[in-house]
Amino acid sequence: MRHGRYPFIVGFLAAPITLYVVFVIAPYAQAFYISMTAWRGFAPPRWIGFDNFRKLIDDDAFWKAVSHHGIMLVTLPLVTIAIALFFAFLLNVAGGARGGTMQGVWGSKFYRVVFFFPQLLALPIIAVLFQTVYRPNSSGLINGVLMKLGFDPVGFLIKPNLALWSIIAVLVWQSVGFYLVLFSAGMASIPKDIYEAAEIDGAGRVTLFFRVTLPLLWDTIQVAWVYLGIAAFDAFAVVDVLSVDQGGPDGSTTVLAEEIYRNFKFSQLGYASALGVALFFLTLTFAALTLRVTRREAIEY
Amino acid sequence: MSVSPEESTIDRRALLRRAAAVGLVTLPGAGLLSACATSGGGDSGDTGGGKKTAANPLGVKEDAPLDVVIFPGGYTDKYATDIHEPLYQTAFPKAKIKHEAVTEIDTTLRPRFASGTDIPDMVNNSGSKEMDFGALVNDGQLADLTPLLDAPSVHDPSKKVRDTLQKGTVDFGSYNGKPYVLFYVSTVWGVWYSGKLFTDRGWSAPSDWNAFLALCEEIKKAGITPFGYAGANAAYYMWNVILTHAAKLGGPEVVKAIDNLEDGAWKHDAIKQAATAWAEVGAKYMDKAYEGLRHTDVQLQQNQYKLAFYPSGDWLENEQKKDTPADFKYQMMPVPVKGKLSAAAVRAGAGEGYFVPAKSKNKAGGMEYLRRMLSMDGAKGFAELIKSPTVMTAGSEGVTFPPGVTSSRAAFKAAGQDTFDLTWDKDYKPLDVEARTQTNALMFGRITPDQFCERVQKKADEVKNDKSIIKFKR
Repeated sequence: MRHGRYPFIVGFLAAPITLYVVFVIAPYAQAFYISMTAWRGFAPPRWIGFDNFRKLIDDDAFWKAVSHHGIMLVTLPLVTIAIALFFAFLLNVAGGARGGTMQGVWGSKFYRVVFFFPQLLALPIIAVLFQTVYRPNSSGLINGVLMKLGFDPVGFLIKPNLALWSIIAVLVWQSVGFYLVLFSAGMASIPKDIYEAAEIDGAGRVTLFFRVTLPLLWDTIQVAWVYLGIAAFDAFAVVDVLSVDQGGPDGSTTVLAEEIYRNFKFSQLGYASALGVALFFLTLTFAALTLRVTRREAIEY
Repeated sequence: MSVSPEESTIDRRALLRRAAAVGLVTLPGAGLLSACATSGGGDSGDTGGGKKTAANPLGVKEDAPLDVVIFPGGYTDKYATDIHEPLYQTAFPKAKIKHEAVTEIDTTLRPRFASGTDIPDMVNNSGSKEMDFGALVNDGQLADLTPLLDAPSVHDPSKKVRDTLQKGTVDFGSYNGKPYVLFYVSTVWGVWYSGKLFTDRGWSAPSDWNAFLALCEEIKKAGITPFGYAGANAAYYMWNVILTHAAKLGGPEVVKAIDNLEDGAWKHDAIKQAATAWAEVGAKYMDKAYEGLRHTDVQLQQNQYKLAFYPSGDWLENEQKKDTPADFKYQMMPVPVKGKLSAAAVRAGAGEGYFVPAKSKNKAGGMEYLRRMLSMDGAKGFAELIKSPTVMTAGSEGVTFPPGVTSSRAAFKAAGQDTFDLTWDKDYKPLDVEARTQTNALMFGRITPDQFCERVQKKADEVKNDKSIIKFKR
């Protein structure tokens, strides 16, 4: 039994590990190396030690980007999960028990498809769509209506203190559908007798949601939080295509990926890599923290 | 579940740990990989090899193959395949020309330059994915074009090529005094309006600042937005107007100081005056919504007669061909101010860069190709096909251009010696980004002219002190 087992395991692991090393570990190692150099992509890189990181500490754009990630890290998961949970509850449970299973509100099958639509579109396409939605004159979708009603147009993307929120709204709009489906799947696996028992004890919909659904869905929510947190560290496509002046106005919507891309375009490959390394550690810290903070006893059922 | 003790000797966690160890062991391999991806190398190929004669002043080897890379953007690559390549082929029937149309120049060519293999002989470096000229120059990737500029012109052997070119062309393509890039298309910047709209309303293009403000007031009363540019992606059209204004007030030295990153260049009085003047236009005569619009949106508004004045270069007419009403009649006027330069002065320069790689196998051939582009046949053919004039000024004579380009050519001629150009935005991209940001802030009323000068100057100082950015002296 014992002999032949190691070759067997190695046989299975060799290919994936090689692929992982070549396509994941090696580029990371390379990025760390390049971040310590001045490199423009033609002649070989020149070693400059930590100069790029010193420059990074003094870079306003970097700190702006980090603070935007901070804001998105809190709001994007919170708002998306709240909305997705609410809708998932309505679509799966809120209709009460019928024929032995919990039902959603009337027409829930139709809504489920509609909510998923944004997920089918590529992010840049969504960003282009929202250029029209947010356009600050009468040909914008929202402002067209506002102006017809006699209000002043709102500069969604051109007011520095509003632009980031407009971008976050797009990200929420885009993500809700997916998490709705994720939570729906989670809710479907909660046994109906728990709900029945709770209902017999006189629990209303609100109690059902907070006392039954939410605790039993905790694992799924935790996963959603990590995913959305990682999405909050990205946001590149939407910011690049949608925002004024790619990260503007006045850098009020810029994100790290945008700064990396910008410096890459300026042929500052070393500095771009240094930003990438910073992003790497930020993401890693976030993932570690989240998994630690949200650790809880899993409820078996 | 029953697990035999034997099987459990390797649990999942231990296995993962071992896998990680394998990963570590393999890391030196990663080092090799990175060495490969970031290494330069490759030797420069032989140049020329042919005999230098009157007909072949650069000494092109007759049967040497020529690899030409063209960016097929707004100009397409038809001018190369239909005009310039046949010209070269006629001169050197034995040469085999390889034509490559490349849209993403940087992504496609950078690896070829970095590895030193398969380097083309002539490259049209342009488009949103163009390679950084400064980086190419600094890393020694570009051939010095002096032999080309000193060679006799094809159509008039009594003149050197450099003497047939528009003023400033050689300087614009020079880095620290050495000519590395040929910018081929002649470009004139100004403020554009519709000839039809102005004739219908009885307005005429103003040539001084007060007349301009008065006309803006009148246009505003007529229910049309007097002036506008697109803040979302084309704020550099606007800083271009402000700097042109400043150069006309204080002379071209004002802008040259910016090119050279001189201390306090952005705080020059002329720039402050220009910023103040245009901030007033921004406050009174611009639509606030324009900050969120793209250049195509704003240009469309002008085509719909909702906007009177729009600053741009003379590619505008061609770019808007589809959306322009047939009788719109684009017209260009210089920025309406005078000082050290006349009221007719314009920013005129060259765009669309072409270069010969230093490590090309057929450098003489690449330069000869450029010489053919600058011949009468090459320049005239380009102007007639693309409807854009080239820097070989004589090649645009007698070509019928559409009304907009005709008017910008006339303005260029009227300006005479009072033209200038600037290069800092091409050399120092981070400064361009900051100037765009602050221009929006200025024009849409978030900062004062003083703050504008201060903030852009601060970025200029940062660029100046940043050792990783290559500096060029004009």
